[in-house]
Amino acid sequence: MEAVSVITGIAAPLARSNVDTDQIIPAVFLKRVTKTGFEDALFHGWRQDPDFVLNQPEYAGAKVLVAGPDFGTGSSREHAVWALRDFGFEAVLSSRFGDIFRGNSGKQGLLAAQLTEGDIERLWAAIDEQPGRELSVDLTTKTVSVGSLTVPFDIDDYTRWRLLEGLDDIGLTLRSEAEITEFESRRHSWRPKTLPVK
Amino acid sequence: MAESRSLTLAEKVWNDHLVVEGTDGAPDLLYIDLHLVHEVTSPQAFDGLRLAGRPVRRPDLTIATEDHNTPTRGINLPIADLTSRTQIDTLRSNAREFGIRLHSLGDVEQGIVHVVGPQLGLTMPGITVVCGDSHTSTHGAFGAMAFGIGTSEVEHVLATQTLPLKAFKTMAITVEGTLRPGVTAKDIILAVIAQIGTGGGQGYVLEYRGSAIRSLSMEGRMTICNMSIEAGARAGMVAPDQTTFDYLEGRPHAPAGDDWTEAVAYWKTLQTDEGAVFDAEVFLDADALEPFVTWGTNPGQGVSLSENVPDPSGILDANDRATAERALEYMALEAGTPMKQIAVDAVFMGSCTNSRIEDLRAFASVIKGQKKADGVRVMVVPGSARVRIEAEAEGIDRIVTEFGAEWRFAGCSMCLGMNPDQLAPGERCASTSNRNFEGRQGKGGRTHLVSPLVAAATAIRGTLSSPWDLVEAPELVATSLAATSLASTSLASTSKAV
Ligand code: SF4
Repeated sequence: MEAVSVITGIAAPLARSNVDTDQIIPAVFLKRVTKTGFEDALFHGWRQDPDFVLNQPEYAGAKVLVAGPDFGTGSSREHAVWALRDFGFEAVLSSRFGDIFRGNSGKQGLLAAQLTEGDIERLWAAIDEQPGRELSVDLTTKTVSVGSLTVPFDIDDYTRWRLLEGLDDIGLTLRSEAEITEFESRRHSWRPKTLPVK
Repeated sequence: MAESRSLTLAEKVWNDHLVVEGTDGAPDLLYIDLHLVHEVTSPQAFDGLRLAGRPVRRPDLTIATEDHNTPTRGINLPIADLTSRTQIDTLRSNAREFGIRLHSLGDVEQGIVHVVGPQLGLTMPGITVVCGDSHTSTHGAFGAMAFGIGTSEVEHVLATQTLPLKAFKTMAITVEGTLRPGVTAKDIILAVIAQIGTGGGQGYVLEYRGSAIRSLSMEGRMTICNMSIEAGARAGMVAPDQTTFDYLEGRPHAPAGDDWTEAVAYWKTLQTDEGAVFDAEVFLDADALEPFVTWGTNPGQGVSLSENVPDPSGILDANDRATAERALEYMALEAGTPMKQIAVDAVFMGSCTNSRIEDLRAFASVIKGQKKADGVRVMVVPGSARVRIEAEAEGIDRIVTEFGAEWRFAGCSMCLGMNPDQLAPGERCASTSNRNFEGRQGKGGRTHLVSPLVAAATAIRGTLSSPWDLVEAPELVATSLAATSLASTSLASTSKAV
């Protein structure tokens, strides 16, 4: 997982509330055997509509999704985060997230930033003025800026630290590598080994 | 660690695997001794490793088999279903790439992951076992701490051989007394779940104890631990004893020589200390137990076979009442119908709950020389290729086919509708598996969970029955019961001979 500090890129507005994980990625895509390549699955239903925001050329290559309240509710599928990430999003902004979605995001390096509803609307207005403009999400100062507008966001300290350090769950555990190796050196010889017996 | 404090078995095994003790509410980091892998929950875990450029830390503590998707006949043909075939092919290429031992379809050690581990002697007392499958609790029968994990955790274990975990609570389930002939481990666990409910074990490790548990064979203990998850528990355990040691001794991966002596000495310490305190306790009287059967769509909805389909209107809690009404509707059952009048279309003898050699012996001893009821489809599916070979050496396959039942290759089979073995919509089945959820055995299928003995008697009579109902042949019952209690002693010698 890459360390995150400042994300600068095109911001796409998603002016809908209660976007659940079934809308982010429909269940039919869960049959796949990979952890990547879900970019085509993201918002699959909505993307059939040519007017959908992510089908607009000015938002091509967007890195930040500015979403309405209650984003990522519903089923716990981790695929929702994978799909957003594979599509190219590095941060999602909303005034409220589904708990599990927020947890999964932090674990996979997707920044889920919580703003007030008013600030989300201010950001939408700023994007509307000049569609396709760049926006900056600064994890070090916990602020979002676009043009002359700068607004604060919330994220819990633990997740912020992990993102700044670029630590996924495994990376975090591997910080205890020395302890694991030491534990292994004390392991009894008769504990199970799966290698074929001769 | 407070060494002087009295500890439960679960706490001892936990403490023994602490790599880093969590402070300030952080989870403990626990070492994993044995990681079992199958085709359904592993693909994305391996893909995650590949993306991050990480190796498998301990391929020598990891073993894979193909079970959920595999067909149980025509196993030499390509797998017809595309999703199934992709999962199997992916497991094969991942095992090659990461250096993992894999037992593929057709291999002599292939089979249901929870049958394979114990049979190889990999599952042993005092170890930690994980698998991306909820019925990993099966391995707790050896006094191991064994629990199911999700796909991200599978990746975590592959990469680090550890898991960050918050300690579980402990619950003692004490079963005292002597089981009557015809009553088995399956009936104990169905009765326990009916008593504490499908959420009753949530957050707990269950320790099964008491004289009725002690007198069970390893197979019986595995059946019980297997279904701990159906009570919502994280894991189930039975303290190791001579039965455990006898089962293990001489198995391919069991310790040998001086290692065996040292291991047994350590395993003997794996008992809950006198005075240790459980977070919760449950008691069950084995003497009073009868063959048990489920009537609804969760494993907690069960009654004694001699009872009637319960009347939901008698249930006080509104939610439970609604659940029961929905279940009866799905199951197409009338309240008040004697369970024994319910006719079945199919009997499934198999799954990681009841597909070991002892289960097949018990089933065979009841059906021997009989003919199955007309119009009932009966399928017997050994839990592993090894069990199949062993059963054939004992002539069980002939008893099964002469009875009119199908003798299949090893796999999860009709336990879940993920491979070709499925119920048709509306079909009713007496099944030795562990889940009677809506559609579990195939869309619209109706499942009654039963023991192998009840499955056998049902296959003979065509209606839900226990060996007690086979009055025409009382000596049959006597033999079947002798066979079940003998199996634990005879198993050690026969299975090692193969
Ligand atoms: S037999 Fe059934 S419960 Fe057991 S591992 Fe296979 S699918 Fe799961």
